[in-house]
Amino acid sequence: MLITRRAEFSASHVCSSPALSETENRALYGAAANPAGHGHNYVLEVTLEGEPDPVTGMVFDLSRLKEILNEAVIGPMDHRFLNHEVPPFARIVPTAENIAVEIWRRLSPCFDNGVALRNVRLYETEDLWVDYSGEAA
Amino acid sequence: MRLTRRYRFCASHRLHSGALSEAENRALYGKCNNPFGHGHDYVLEVSIRGPLDPATGQLAPVGVLDRLVNDAVIAPMDHRNLNLEVPAFAAAVPTSENLAGEIERRLREAWPPAFSDSSVALAGIRLRETKRNSFETAS
Repeated sequence: MLITRRAEFSASHVCSSPALSETENRALYGAAANPAGHGHNYVLEVTLEGEPDPVTGMVFDLSRLKEILNEAVIGPMDHRFLNHEVPPFARIVPTAENIAVEIWRRLSPCFDNGVALRNVRLYETEDLWVDYSGEAA
Repeated sequence: MRLTRRYRFCASHRLHSGALSEAENRALYGKCNNPFGHGHDYVLEVSIRGPLDPATGQLAPVGVLDRLVNDAVIAPMDHRNLNLEVPAFAAAVPTSENLAGEIERRLREAWPPAFSDSSVALAGIRLRETKRNSFETAS
């Protein structure tokens, strides 16, 4: 059985690669390359896979899942400038793709005993989202 | 990795099969068979999959996908009468099943010129005719 919990965080970012020139960054990322940054209301959907426990009837305690999401993702990323305040994004571009991979990296060790992280869906806007399930990037 | 982008277009259609009688069409398609047609605000979700480009941190440039979808689907279908103005539906009934198939066919045709990097593939589309029904293809 799959269970999904949604959480939100708001953060700013700049999409600009140090390996590229300013013109190349502008051509590749468009307005997202503006140096002063801009922000999004990110929506995160985390899906776990497991079987309901015969005693509790739950795959995973949803209030515990909420705590894990808060500790690993929402706390460190909410109302932050990702490039400056969330470590991996000083050296990798905080695209929605890379943020999803980073969220997966933070969450996947948090589950065991027959419960596994199955998918991370990150909405950057209502019109753009990515799904990552741990495949080799 | 999979990336999904959502688009919208508004179009009219009439569901009527030349292979059926007037009465059979009416019975099968109901209100959707009204002779003058009717319209929907279609929502189209296009999913692509592939490896992450480590240099850009992207699966594919979203702008390239936007241009492809706009040129192949949105521009030719938005604010159009599908039966009269989209060639495929002179013969086929523009049900959402057929419309989803036609949209996928158009995207596949436009894919190689737009994405010379063959590692980016069309993963599938979802077409929402209304908030209460949707049609999904998976490839």
